[in-house]
Amino acid sequence: MADLKIDFAGIKSPNPFWLASAPPANSGAQIHRAFEAGWGGAVWKTIGAPVLNVSNRYGAWRQGRRMMAINNVELISDRPIEVNLREIAEVKRAWPDRAVIVSAMVESKPEAWHEIVRRIEDTGADGIELNYGCPHGMSERGMGSAVGQVPEYCEQITRWVMETAKIPVIVKLTPNITNIVMPARAAVAAKANALSLINTLNSIVGVDLETLELTPNIGGKGGHGGYAGQAVKPIALNMLAALGTDEVVSHAGLPISGMGGISTWEDAAQFLLLGASSLQVCTAVMHYGYRIIEDLCDGLSNWMDEKGFASVADVVGRSLHRVSEFKNFDLSFRAVARIDEAKCIQCNLCYVACNDTAHQCIDLIAANGSVVQPYAYDVRANGKEDAIETRPQPKVREEDCVGCRLCYNVCPVEECIEMVELPSGRETVTWQELTEKRTKVTEDWDAMKEYRERVGIHIH
Amino acid sequence: METDLALSEQLPPLTVHEATVEADRCLYCYDAPCTHACPTHIDIPKFIKKIATRNLRGSAQTIYAANLLGATCARVCPVQELCEGACVLGSEHKPIAIGRLQRYAMDSAKASGVTPRARGVAAGIARKIAVVGAGPAGLSCAGELALRGHDVTVFEKRELPGGLSTYGIIALREPVDVAIDEARMIEGLGVKIRTGVEFGRDVTLERARGEFDTIVLSVGLGATPALGIEGEEAIVDGLAYIEMSKTDAASLRVGRNVVVIGAGNTAIDCATIAKRLRADRVTMVYRRTVSEMTCYEHEYLFALSEGIEFRFLAQPVGVVMKDGEVAGLECLRVELGKPDATGRPAPVVVAESEFVIEADQIVKAVGQVKPNQEKTGLAAAMGLKTEKGYIAVSADFETSVAGVYAIGDCVRARGAASTVMAVQDGKVAARAIEAKLSAVAAEVK
Repeated sequence: MADLKIDFAGIKSPNPFWLASAPPANSGAQIHRAFEAGWGGAVWKTIGAPVLNVSNRYGAWRQGRRMMAINNVELISDRPIEVNLREIAEVKRAWPDRAVIVSAMVESKPEAWHEIVRRIEDTGADGIELNYGCPHGMSERGMGSAVGQVPEYCEQITRWVMETAKIPVIVKLTPNITNIVMPARAAVAAKANALSLINTLNSIVGVDLETLELTPNIGGKGGHGGYAGQAVKPIALNMLAALGTDEVVSHAGLPISGMGGISTWEDAAQFLLLGASSLQVCTAVMHYGYRIIEDLCDGLSNWMDEKGFASVADVVGRSLHRVSEFKNFDLSFRAVARIDEAKCIQCNLCYVACNDTAHQCIDLIAANGSVVQPYAYDVRANGKEDAIETRPQPKVREEDCVGCRLCYNVCPVEECIEMVELPSGRETVTWQELTEKRTKVTEDWDAMKEYRERVGIHIH
Repeated sequence: METDLALSEQLPPLTVHEATVEADRCLYCYDAPCTHACPTHIDIPKFIKKIATRNLRGSAQTIYAANLLGATCARVCPVQELCEGACVLGSEHKPIAIGRLQRYAMDSAKASGVTPRARGVAAGIARKIAVVGAGPAGLSCAGELALRGHDVTVFEKRELPGGLSTYGIIALREPVDVAIDEARMIEGLGVKIRTGVEFGRDVTLERARGEFDTIVLSVGLGATPALGIEGEEAIVDGLAYIEMSKTDAASLRVGRNVVVIGAGNTAIDCATIAKRLRADRVTMVYRRTVSEMTCYEHEYLFALSEGIEFRFLAQPVGVVMKDGEVAGLECLRVELGKPDATGRPAPVVVAESEFVIEADQIVKAVGQVKPNQEKTGLAAAMGLKTEKGYIAVSADFETSVAGVYAIGDCVRARGAASTVMAVQDGKVAARAIEAKLSAVAAEVK
């Protein structure tokens, strides 16, 4: 069985899964239950400045009835700070093997930060996470993402914290920034012990078409809130990879706690492969409860066994070397779509996608082998037999397929459309190489045409 | 109209939640097989997508664009054989509940007063058209013509419009109100429906020919044919039985031990009514076997689930009477022989194999008399050619007499008779009539 234990900047936990600093980690009673369910750690919901909350805090983006993401305007913990600190100490005493990290956010004054660090350390907590990410409410008061969006502030506050902190300090980054690398480098410069990302994204989840009020509606008003959940995972993975491939950040060797839409063990494995060495989860827990930890661990462990990974450390960053840029991609790499006719249910979603919006290389083939047009049946034809028996089969004309992979993505059937690698018959070449060796081809359409004809590239 | 609870509509309407979840499940196929399988070719993925996006007005209009009687069809269509039977999810999962979603869209259209949009009125060629019979084919044709700007009068000899939807389909599947509301909707399109008026008698053919540019016959079929057996006068007519169950269920006499002769849709319906109205025992008697029954498989399975019994390979030969009351049905045993004209094995009666099935009520549902068998029918009076007993028509539903069209069950020489086929006939005929009248108008100009 794979070893799921981690040591993250000196913070140890029996598995890499921590509750993110959020409503699931709001109180001692909750975190007790989460640890009973098997969570490896918890980042306590941010403590610090006094706040008050509102009703209708959460909006959601749904696919049908299924919630894909939550948007929220809830602030940091509104519970008295003394209560939080007392419960943190109790939880840590009760669960010595679990990671208890405390998220903090106070006014941007050195004495305020020194004070909160000291009080957190007094609880016996394993680490501190600096919340530079909260995008609503707190940012209006100069905290949260108001700090995270300005690398200089990030660096300054982190320095204040590092002046006094004796336990590991994690700097949590906001994604509401053009280049995530900049605040990360600031944290590195201030000698932070670790990074975490992403916090929530600025968002407005919708407008109620009956009342014309924003969703969620707070007494007739609404505004941007933090967006989180499955829908943000690709954004989080990109930012994680950006840190892992940045020379300064990667050279500094800070461990990164990854979060942003992790809902399944598969998501978790992907975050590990792109460089995260601990994982934080919130929205999926808010959707389904603490019980999801069981499959997060079980699925990850089974996958690691199958792949021969003995420990989490073996997985971390394994795919980072594949992260590259367009200019380094092989322009001669060729893949075409192939439809498995035995699995195909002839919904024709691939056909319409290809025909209307891609490269018109899927045909509808009748039983006699001829190409037919859609809606070709007689107006008097009807009945299930006629509809099923005369239904044409979508087929890819591989010689014309550019391998765009749209059909593969729209197909509703498991393993029906496969992207098959075929030899292109051309030598490997990248845009970078073309730019260096055949500059004219990259600057002039006539030269491009001549080049394409010579090497045999046909544009559809 | 009061409906006995036992006969009230079998399936409840979908809730908003059920409809939305089901609509979301639809894959939104392109050139979808469900649309192909639907005789009226409703753009099914389109109307379902509109339910998913909560555009219920648009959903209803999508249905109306292909089928004016969507409310009836949603309830009575044999969807297992048509749209749902062709659903791509059917083979490995469960097909989309297309019928019930259509009902949801049509119920919502009725609640919010959504009516079909005009089909593009051709100015200057509005004509007077008579439609004979206010059943599904006639209402469909009349509505389609009215939406194209024509002046349409429907003549209906019965008291209520709707034809078999009103009188012949059990309330479990379609309550009377649905059929009447649909007829009222068609009236709302400008169609005049004159009920209680028999075309050819109350309105003479001569007068009609003078008054109308085109006549469309949608007269359906006739009464249940005679079995020609002893004591037949004691047998209840199946169509009348169903009609009574819909219009005056309280007065319908149902036996304790009912025998239904026949194995088609109507026979199943009669047996269902008897069972639902508390007959102890209902037995369907059929001279062939389960595989030759003309009802759909799902109807047979439904009948079994209702507790209806079947007696196959039995040929009724007489009614057994006792003290002036029905006491049983005398039958002969049957064996299956070589295929007959219908392609099914011919029933061969076994001599001297008489036996009696006990019954205190016998209902017959053995088809309907065809137009060529009705000596006083309109087909004969108008001198229309027939084909296999049905009124002969061209691909455009024009009869052997120019300007006279026929649609629905009375022309159903091929294929299964069904409401949705009748609706499609009405639609196709209306288009053909419009095209012909337009061409004539263009020539005159």
